[in-house]
Amino acid sequence: MEIDRRDFMKLAGLGGVVFASGLGSSILGAKRTKQEEFYFVQLSDTHIGFDGPKVNPDAKGTLKKAVAAVNSLDQKPDFIVFTGDLTHTTDDVNERRSRMTQFQDIAGQLNVTTVHYMAGEHDAALDRGDAYQEFFGKLNYTFDHKGVHFIVLDNVSDPGAIVGDAQLEWLQSDLKGLKPDAPIVVLTHRPLFDLYPQWDWTTVDAKGVIDSLMPYKNVTVFYGHIHQEHHYMTGHIAHHAAKSLMFPLPAPGSVPKRAPIPWDAAAPYKGIGYREIEADVKTARYGISELAIPGA
Amino acid sequence: MKRIMMLVLAMTTGLGVLAFTTYSAPGADDVKVIRITAKKFDFTPSEITVKRGVPVALELTSSDRVHGFSLPDFKLTAKIEPGKVTRVVFTPDKTGELSFSCNIFCGSGHEDMSGRLIVTD
Repeated sequence: MEIDRRDFMKLAGLGGVVFASGLGSSILGAKRTKQEEFYFVQLSDTHIGFDGPKVNPDAKGTLKKAVAAVNSLDQKPDFIVFTGDLTHTTDDVNERRSRMTQFQDIAGQLNVTTVHYMAGEHDAALDRGDAYQEFFGKLNYTFDHKGVHFIVLDNVSDPGAIVGDAQLEWLQSDLKGLKPDAPIVVLTHRPLFDLYPQWDWTTVDAKGVIDSLMPYKNVTVFYGHIHQEHHYMTGHIAHHAAKSLMFPLPAPGSVPKRAPIPWDAAAPYKGIGYREIEADVKTARYGISELAIPGA
Repeated sequence: MKRIMMLVLAMTTGLGVLAFTTYSAPGADDVKVIRITAKKFDFTPSEITVKRGVPVALELTSSDRVHGFSLPDFKLTAKIEPGKVTRVVFTPDKTGELSFSCNIFCGSGHEDMSGRLIVTD
């Protein structure tokens, strides 16, 4: 049954967001003809360089499959975001750069005009983002798209998982230029709330960020880090974590150790995936569709 | 029930106290001292048992690089630097098996660097 995009947007809601887990682009594929409608793709936690056959025997191929899947979408996304941990960390500075090159070679195959990158702690925490910035540019920045203001926040290049006073001032200065009802999307790596500090799933000074965003009524956060879909509200601000493209992690606090979930040969790529995010600028609502790796 | 009392002392050799957070320091004779060494990517010992209501002093050292110590259930965090002893003093006010971990990213095994604090009656 064909579902109209408008009907789809009525399906369910959390902070202006609707979900369509596993449904994919067939439901989001209605033609977007209005200027205030667009969609983008979020890819996260690709961890290029990770080696663990029991966790992901296709470690070298998973991102390539995701790139191919994105390239085959019926309608091209307006842009793509990578929300951090592009590479798996290494103490070897040359190997770090080699992994970033490998990542660039694969991501460079994406058939879209615009890709926005951000760092995870695996990319940036051991050298304060030096190598990352050589390859991908600034750690924090903004961009605008069809009326939505996107803010990329760095909560990883300080190994203590802080945003820091200087970046907080930068954020507050940026926000000053916006109307209270401006549609704002924050893209970052770590959760901007205490999801589960026992597993370091937090940002130490997130409160300053949330307090700064709170006066703005249309704010949504998309992030990575926790390798699973997760949705949470801080007041009216919705936070949506994305799956990893390398391995899934357990639900917060569900097991004693935060260890990757082993590969399931009966269900390859289970728990691994990416998402489409459809923006309705006028209402500041976002439709999320979680997509699996082909072959899963 | 005593409130959680905590004192974080970062002591450098010969310099004494460098910094501390909100605290109410127990008397020195009452404190159970536990030494913990941090290195990539574990704490030794990784499991410690203490008694509720009995003050504890964790003396944290690192044998390789900067690490962190985070015990969220008691809202304790500390930075562990090589060549220094970081002293974390608190009185556990609840029982249970609680997790502590490194909260300063230290490399490819950082996510595995954790331990358990068991608080008994």
